[in-house]
Amino acid sequence: MGDKTPIIAVEQLSKTFGPLPVLRSVSFNLGRGEAVMLLGQNGSGKSTLLRLLAGLSKPTAGLIHIGGWQMPQEAMAVRRQIGLVSHRPLLYGNLSARENLDFFGKFYGMDRDERGERIRDVLDQVGLAKRADSLARDFSRGMRQRLSIARALLHQPEILLLDEPFTGLDLSAAETLEDLIQLAQREARTLIIATHQLGRAPALAGRALMLARGQIAFDGNIARMSAAGLGDLYADICGEAALA
Amino acid sequence: MKTPFRTAVLAIVSKDLRAEVRSRDLLSVMAIFALLCILVFSFALELNRVAREEAISGVLWVTLVFTSLLGFNRSLAQEGDQGNLDALLLAPVSRTAIFFGKLLSNYCFTLIVALVILPLMSVIYNSNLLKGWLIFTTVLGIFGFSTIGTLLAMLTLHTRSREALLPIAMLPLALPLLLTAVRASTNLLNDSPAREWLVWLQLLAAVTVIYLALCWLLSGFVLEE
Repeated sequence: MGDKTPIIAVEQLSKTFGPLPVLRSVSFNLGRGEAVMLLGQNGSGKSTLLRLLAGLSKPTAGLIHIGGWQMPQEAMAVRRQIGLVSHRPLLYGNLSARENLDFFGKFYGMDRDERGERIRDVLDQVGLAKRADSLARDFSRGMRQRLSIARALLHQPEILLLDEPFTGLDLSAAETLEDLIQLAQREARTLIIATHQLGRAPALAGRALMLARGQIAFDGNIARMSAAGLGDLYADICGEAALA
Repeated sequence: MKTPFRTAVLAIVSKDLRAEVRSRDLLSVMAIFALLCILVFSFALELNRVAREEAISGVLWVTLVFTSLLGFNRSLAQEGDQGNLDALLLAPVSRTAIFFGKLLSNYCFTLIVALVILPLMSVIYNSNLLKGWLIFTTVLGIFGFSTIGTLLAMLTLHTRSREALLPIAMLPLALPLLLTAVRASTNLLNDSPAREWLVWLQLLAAVTVIYLALCWLLSGFVLEE
C-alpha cells in the first residue's frame, strides 16, 4: 500500500465560511501510494477538504504539508504533484480532446515533444485515442469524465484528488472509471476519492475517512469490509442510510 | 518549478482564440450588439445633423464600452461556469499570468469588433473615423478598458448577479478612461490642433498605465479564494 513516509500531513485543519464552520480540527496523514476514500454526507466538508489540499482554498487554521511543503504558502512547489478530477469536467467544450490536453500541457510547462508523447499515452490509457480530435462538447458524460482523468494524469502527478468522480455516470462508464482509478493505484499514485458510492469503496481503497459535521468521525481500514458492512458503519456514523 | 509567464499567457490567448474561431460565440454577439448600438444612436440623432456630428466620438466609446462589457462577462463565464478556472489555478502558474492571458484575449476580441465598427461608423455617420491617431486612441483606450474590465470580471465571476454587477462596478472606475478617450477622439475628429488632442491622449495613456499597474498588483489577490 505504499511506504510510511507521509506525503500528505494535515494537522488541526479548520475552515469556516463566514460564521459557518465547515471543517473543524481535522488531522490525518497519508503515506505515499496510499488510497483513501473520503466519505460523508452532503455538506460534511469533503469538497472543501479536497480544495484545501489542492491549494484552491486557504485554511482558516491548521497546517497542511504535502511532500514536506506547507500549503498554501508553498503551493507553487506542490502544484505539479497534484491532479484533480472533479464532478465537473474542467474542460473546454469548443476544443478537441487533444487540444484540451495540449493546452493544459503548456500550462504545466511541458515542451512540444513531451506534450505529444504524454497526450498519446493518456488518451490511450483512458480509451479515447480514436476520439482525440473530437470536440469535448460532443462527448458523453462518461467520455468527458475519462478525458478529465487524462487531464489530471497528463503531468504525472503523485497525488490524485477525485471529488465525486462517479456523479452522473452510467454503470458502464462508472466501471471504466473504476478501472482507471485502479490503474492509477497500481502506478503508486496517492489517491483521495470523495464519493457517496459506498459500494465501490472497498475495491478502490484500503482506508476510509468519514467526515461528519466537519470532523473526522472514522479513520480506519476498510479493505476487508463488505459493502454492506461499510454501509452500516456509515449509517451509524453519519446518521443516514448509505447510498450503495 | 513555475511555468514561464509568457508560456502561460500565450497558452490562454491561443486557447481562447482557437475556441472563438470554432464557435464564434463571443465575437458574433459582440459585433451584433455593437452594430445595433450604432444604428440606434444613428436613428436617435438623425433629426439633428449638428448634434450627430458632435456625438460621434461619444457614440463610438459608449458602443465600445458596452460591447466590451458584454465580452468580458462572457469570456470569463467560459472559465467560471464549468469550473475551468480551478483547473488553471491548479497549475504551477502565477495568478498574474492567468490575468494577463485573459486580458489579452479580451483585448483581442474587443479590438476586432472596434476594427469592424470604425469603418462602419465612417459610412453610417458620414465622417472619417479611419485616421491614424484616432485608431491609435481607440487601440489604447480599449486596452485600458480591457485591463480594468478583466480584473472586475474576475472579481464578480462567482457572484450571483455578475452580469449586472460588472457594469455597476466597472463604469464608475472606467470614467477617467472614457472621459479622456472621448475628449481625445472628439478633438481628433474635429481636426483640432495637436496640442488640443495630444494632452487628452497623454492623459489616456497615463490612466491606462496606472490601471495596468494596479491590476497587475491586485490580480493575484482577486484570483485567490
